[in-house]
Amino acid sequence: MTPMLSRRATLLGLSSAFSLGRTSLALAAAPTEKRFIVVLLRGALDGLAAVPPYGDPDLAAQRGALTPAGPGQPNGLLDLGGFFGLHPSLAGLHGLYQADELLILHAIAGADRSRSHFEAQDALEYGTPEHLNGPRLTSGWLNRVVTALSSKSQREMALAVGASLPLLLRGPAPVGTWLPSTAQHPAASLYAQIAAMHRADPLTGAIITEGLRDRGFSEAVLAGTEQPKNRYAFAALAGSAGKLLADPKGPRIAALEIGGWDTHAYQAPRLAAVLRELDGGLIALKTGLGAAWSQTAVLVMTEFGRTVHVNGTRGTDHGTATVAFALGGAIAGGKVRATWPGLATSKLLESRDLAPTTDLRSLAKTVLANHLGLSPTAIATIFPGSSDAAPIGGVLRA
Amino acid sequence: MKAPKFCVYTTHMNSEALHAQIRFGLGRRGGEALPADPRAWLAQQLDGPDLALARPGATVGEGLRALRLDQTLKDKANRARAILLADAATAIDVLLTTETPFRERLVAFWANHFTVSLKRGQIAAVAQPFIREAIRPHVTGKFDAMLLAVMRHPAMLMYLDNAQSFGPDSNAGRRTHRGLNENLARECLELHTVTPAAGYTQQDVTAFAKILTGWSIRYDEEPPGYMFRLYAHQPGRKNLMGQSYSGGEQEGAQALAWLARHPATLHNLAFKLVRHFVADVPPPAAVARVEAVLHRTNGDLKAAALEVVALPEAWVPLTKLRQPTEYVIAVLRALDLPAAKRPNLNGVFASLGQPYMAAPLPNGWGDTAADWAAPEAMLRRVDWAYGVAGRAGGEEPAQIADNSLGPLLPAATAELIRHAGDRRDALTLLLTAPEFQRR
Repeated sequence: MTPMLSRRATLLGLSSAFSLGRTSLALAAAPTEKRFIVVLLRGALDGLAAVPPYGDPDLAAQRGALTPAGPGQPNGLLDLGGFFGLHPSLAGLHGLYQADELLILHAIAGADRSRSHFEAQDALEYGTPEHLNGPRLTSGWLNRVVTALSSKSQREMALAVGASLPLLLRGPAPVGTWLPSTAQHPAASLYAQIAAMHRADPLTGAIITEGLRDRGFSEAVLAGTEQPKNRYAFAALAGSAGKLLADPKGPRIAALEIGGWDTHAYQAPRLAAVLRELDGGLIALKTGLGAAWSQTAVLVMTEFGRTVHVNGTRGTDHGTATVAFALGGAIAGGKVRATWPGLATSKLLESRDLAPTTDLRSLAKTVLANHLGLSPTAIATIFPGSSDAAPIGGVLRA
Repeated sequence: MKAPKFCVYTTHMNSEALHAQIRFGLGRRGGEALPADPRAWLAQQLDGPDLALARPGATVGEGLRALRLDQTLKDKANRARAILLADAATAIDVLLTTETPFRERLVAFWANHFTVSLKRGQIAAVAQPFIREAIRPHVTGKFDAMLLAVMRHPAMLMYLDNAQSFGPDSNAGRRTHRGLNENLARECLELHTVTPAAGYTQQDVTAFAKILTGWSIRYDEEPPGYMFRLYAHQPGRKNLMGQSYSGGEQEGAQALAWLARHPATLHNLAFKLVRHFVADVPPPAAVARVEAVLHRTNGDLKAAALEVVALPEAWVPLTKLRQPTEYVIAVLRALDLPAAKRPNLNGVFASLGQPYMAAPLPNGWGDTAADWAAPEAMLRRVDWAYGVAGRAGGEEPAQIADNSLGPLLPAATAELIRHAGDRRDALTLLLTAPEFQRR
C-alpha cells in the first residue's frame, strides 16, 4: 500500500516541518538539487489550438472557425519563429520561450490509441500502454522514478499536489500529498454539473441548488451561463508546490494536475480560460521555486490531442497527437521541436487526427537520463517495453 | 477507433434484479451476481440462520463487565469504547460484504424501531450486543418475542432508564423514597407498540411503568445481564388499557404479549415497514395488506417482510431517498474496494448527519426524504463522494455505473459520465446522481 499523507498544514508550517505521515523523514542522504515536476492536463489538450502551425498551408482549410489570428493581428498568436505560434492566453510561457526556458514538442502522443480518456490517462501514468492486455503494472512511472532515485541515495521524497494521489505517483515509494484544507471540494464546474443533473429532481433538485447558493456560488454559475471561478485555483496550488520544492528540506519530485481541457463544445472561449489558468500556474510555479528554478525541469503533458476538424458544436472531439511543454532553468528552450506531419487530409491519422511523430515517453526518458542522471537500466524499469521510444537529444542544457 | 468502454448496457441486464438489490438490499456489490428470480432471492435470505451471528462480537455480559470495570477502576482504559469500536467495525464489514442484504436491511429497520442510542454514553459496550441478542434472532421470528427480548435487554433498560425505576410501594422504594421512572413504559407504548392512536392515558403509562418496575440489570453476579429485582417491583394489581395484571415479574411479559398483538401495534408496524421499503407516504392498501398478514400470522415478521416484497407498489420506480448511512454503504459496495483500501468511516456517518448508532431521540432516525434532504447535508454527500472518487481506482467508471445502476441510470447521466474529463469527475457524477441517492 502507498503510504499517503494528507497534509493540511499551512505553507508556513510546512516549510519548517515537512513530514511524511508518521515517518518523518530523516533527510541525511546527500540531496540532489534537481527538481522534476510533471503537470498532467486531464481531458486532452488541443495542441493545434495551444500551439497552432500558422505556417501550415492547410491550417485554415482544416480548422475553419477555429483558425487563429496570425501574429501581429488583434488577439493574434505569439510568434514562435515563423511557423508555429503560441495561443495568446499563454503570454507567460511566451516569455519563458524568449528566455530559452521553454521547449515545445509538437505532434507528440503517448502510446495509447484508444481515444478513451481513462485508458489513455492510465497508459500515460503507468508509463506503458500494455497494462490492459499484458501484466498490469501496479505503480505509476513517476513513483518508479522516486524508487530509482532512492537507490542512488538521492533524496527520496515526492509530493502530489492536489486532493488525491494520481496514478502517476502511486506505488511502493513513499509519496506525500498536499493541498490547502479548502480544496477537498469538487471544482465549481463539477458542482454546476451535479446541480444540473439534479435540477429536475423532485427530492433533491432545489435543495442542491440552494446548498450551493448558501456556499456562495452565483446563479449564473449554477445556470451554466457563466464559467465558475475556480476557487482552488491552479495558480495557487502551483505556487505552493514551487515553494515546497524550493525548500532545501522539501521534496524534489512533484505532480500537479489540472482539468478542463475536454473542449467538445464552444472550444475557443473555454480553452482560452483554462490556458490562461495554466499559464498563470506555471509562472507561479517558477516564482515559488525562486533560485531552484535553475535546477528545475517541468513536463506538461496530456493524454491525447483532439480532432483537426471542428465538430458540430464549435468544439473538437478526441484525437491523437498534440503538444507537450518542457520548461525550467534546466531546459534548453527557445525551440519548437517537431517532425511535422502536415495537416493535409492525407497526412492525418485516420483522416481526422494530427499524426503522432514523437512518443511522449521519449521526452520523459530524456529528462530522466539527462536531468536526473538515471541509468538506462533504471529507465528500462520505469518505462518497460519502450525501446522504440528513444531519448531525444538537446532537451536539457549542456 | 475502439468502441468507448462506457455505459454499454448489456441487453440481458435484469433491471428487476437490480431493483431488488437496491430497494430491498444495500446496493449491488461490484459486479455481484444478479439473481435470476429476484423475489426468490429475497425470500431465501430470510431462511436459515443469520450468518452475521457467526461473526465475533461481545456479549451483553462482556459489555456490562467492561462498563463496570471502567467505572470502578477509573483507569482510563476505556474498555467499553474498545468493545464498541471492535463491534462497530464488524457490523460495518457485515454491511459491506453480506450476501443477505435484505436481512441486514430488516435488522437495521428493527434496530431503528427499537432505538438504543449512543447519545447515552453508558450503553456503548452493550449497543451491538443489543442488536445481536435482542434484534437479530427475531428478525424472521415473532414480534412478541422480539419485543420481550428488547425490553429485557440491559441496553434498553439503561437507555430508557428502567433500571432506575422503583415501585413507590416496593421495599426499596419505601426505604429509599425513590419512585417510578416512566420513560421506558411511555416510549414502549408510544413508539414500539400501540402508538397514541390507541388512546391510552397517563394512568395507563403510570400503570405500565409500575408493571415494569424491577426489570433491571445485574453487574456483580455472573453472568451480568437482565435481572428481576423483586425488592424494586411495585406490588399489587395494575390496570393497563383495560387489562388487569396481578403483579410480579410475569405481569410485564403478559402485558407485552398483549401489546404485541394489539391491532394498533400491528398497524404501526405495517405502516413503518411500508414507509421504510416502499414510499414516504405509504399507500393505505399496501399497509392494509401487511397489517392483515401480521394479524393472520400472530405477528410473524418474516411473513410481513415477504408481504412487503409481494406488494406491487414495491416494484415501481425507486423514490425513497437513501439515508446517509445507506448511501455510504451503497457507494462502498458499488466500488467494492478491498478491505485495506476502504476509507475509515469513523466520523463519515456523523459528518453526513447520521452518527453511528447515535440517533438523537428514542424515535430513531427519520425515515422520509424530508428528514435528510437538507442543502448542506446533500452537499456533504457530494463532497464525500468526490473524496472517495479520488481514491477509488479500480474499475472503469462506466463499468461501475453499469454494475451499480445499469438501466436505472438515465441516458443523459450516462452521457455526462462518458464526457467527464477524468476518472474522478466521472465517478463523482455517478455517485452523486439522483438515481444513486435512491433506494
